[in-house]
Amino acid sequence: MATHLSVAQARPKHKRVLPGLGLSLGTSLLFISLIMLLPMTGLIMQSVDMGWDEYWYVITNERVVASYKVTLWAAFFASIFNGLFGLLLAWVLVRYEFPGRRVLDALVDLPFALPTAVAGITLATLYSQNGWYGDLLASLGIKVAYTPVGIILAMAFTSIPFVVRTVQPVLEELSPEEEEAGMTLGASDWAVFRRVIFPALWPALMTGIALSFTRSLGEFGAVIFIAGNMPYVSEITSLMIFVSLQEFDFPAASAIASVVLMASLVLLFAINVWQARYLRRLHGR
Amino acid sequence: MSILIDNISKHFGSFQALSPLSLDINEGEMIGLLGPSGSGKTTLLRIIAGLEGADSGRIQFGDRDVTNLHVRDRRVGFVFQNYALFRHMTVADNVAFGLEVLPKSKRPNAAAIRKRVMHLLDMVQLGHLAQRFPSQLSGGQKQRIALARALATQPEVLLLDEPFGALDAKVRKELRRWLRGLHDELGFTSVFVTHDQEEALELSDRVVVMSNGHIEQIDQPGDLYASPNSRFVFDFLGNANVFDAQFSQGKWQNNVASLQLPDEAPKTAGQIYLRSHEFHVSSVATEQAFLPLKVVAINLIGAEVRLELTPIDWHSDHIWEVDLPHKAFDKHCFEKGQTVFVTPKAGYFFANGQATPQPVYW
Repeated sequence: MATHLSVAQARPKHKRVLPGLGLSLGTSLLFISLIMLLPMTGLIMQSVDMGWDEYWYVITNERVVASYKVTLWAAFFASIFNGLFGLLLAWVLVRYEFPGRRVLDALVDLPFALPTAVAGITLATLYSQNGWYGDLLASLGIKVAYTPVGIILAMAFTSIPFVVRTVQPVLEELSPEEEEAGMTLGASDWAVFRRVIFPALWPALMTGIALSFTRSLGEFGAVIFIAGNMPYVSEITSLMIFVSLQEFDFPAASAIASVVLMASLVLLFAINVWQARYLRRLHGR
Repeated sequence: MSILIDNISKHFGSFQALSPLSLDINEGEMIGLLGPSGSGKTTLLRIIAGLEGADSGRIQFGDRDVTNLHVRDRRVGFVFQNYALFRHMTVADNVAFGLEVLPKSKRPNAAAIRKRVMHLLDMVQLGHLAQRFPSQLSGGQKQRIALARALATQPEVLLLDEPFGALDAKVRKELRRWLRGLHDELGFTSVFVTHDQEEALELSDRVVVMSNGHIEQIDQPGDLYASPNSRFVFDFLGNANVFDAQFSQGKWQNNVASLQLPDEAPKTAGQIYLRSHEFHVSSVATEQAFLPLKVVAINLIGAEVRLELTPIDWHSDHIWEVDLPHKAFDKHCFEKGQTVFVTPKAGYFFANGQATPQPVYW
């Protein structure tokens, strides 16, 4: 009996690498509160001041609604484009060995490192009617700068790293045996890609596209230089917020911002839930 | 289907993975490729499958030259070491894969596929797991599913890469027996890779022992054990104690240790390979052998007792292992640290400079 007791006492507690759930969780929560929750609360407080009717009036203003449409469509096309092009880029970076691969790999992050205004000005210069690309495209009758196409271009440019950087690690970890198994079972290259590789990449790709989409919803600096900012045609929602701010109409700015915020939150949350369900199947939990 | 491997070679960069080698595999045969890691056995298997291209040589399945045929057209079943099940598919979808990707003209309809999948799953005794995902299965179950998947398209050649390597001993034994039964029942030709000599000897019709990209010996398990044709094979088939002998004064000697020559033995220097269970052990030397050793460990393993011994005043590169039945061990009650004398009953003599051995009996 006595030996049993001593054994029970000697049993070590479960140890974690980072000690103290209380401390680490507390620090994280404090940080999140200061950096994210507090400013967001401020934002909501400011729009609460104005009352429901006024809030509704501001966010459904015709010009603002037009900007929602422009932003949503542009972000949609930009993220779809990034989904395709980003997947291709990630594939090339992971699957092929070629001179300059590391340089290309580093270049992928450039849109994150570059101030977005610089990106916007550069793009605008290149694609304006007497720029290098704009000149060429104009002769084909295509106008990019100062149109919604320009918005898509700027959004795609600033958010492409999201797709590449989420897909790349998953692609790297994909076991070659699964592909080989597909081939020994007689599957064509396309069938192996569609049935074996793609389902494994799909959750990461969706996350990348969603991140790219939400980033595009909020993009400001890169877009305004190339968009032309014509009311009802090429004004994005971030610009509407900026315009309200310049008129010192802080409640209106907050109100519009809260719409963008909600849209992003809902989308990210939905993707998270969906991905968790998909991954649970893969990991058998 | 018979498999003909003719002068196949392969190198990766400057590393010669396979020196030109040839091998004939009969229809319905089960062949074990046995060797240490780096011996080229997996490379050979992958070349047979078409997952790897050979630098030279020719491969033929029956009358069909498949040397330049893509893996997907060779119609072989391949079972991977880590199973390589498709993680996002259910067990049933995994098994159905080979049928689903058939060209439309050859593909059975959905009901027929379902029926065949259920039949295969019943065959591997896992019909109740059809709707599970691979991550929910144990290692042994995954391996069976991998096998069912490989057999779905009724290949005439089944290739297995260390099929039981990652499983525990009991499951491994069970699956081994089960695979052999399946092989005999369905009559496909199988080639499997293993580094486990017991597995190779138990499962194969013929064992191919490989080292450094060469084939060392091809033989039936019994013959392989009875007449290993090189030092390597003898070593690899397990538990050989080597007595490095000089010839002087009519005896094989190594410092103080000495061994009487059997009648027909060559009177030269060389190495005598002695299997661990072919010894008498006692606390006094015999006329035939003076091999003093110190007991450093006593391991009770199942039906036998294994003594680990180090030479006293003579030299051996490795610790000697001697297996005794419990009865013999109990009679003497050897203890750790004690000096014992071993007397071999039979062995293989490799004269210096000679690659092939001569059996010797006392």
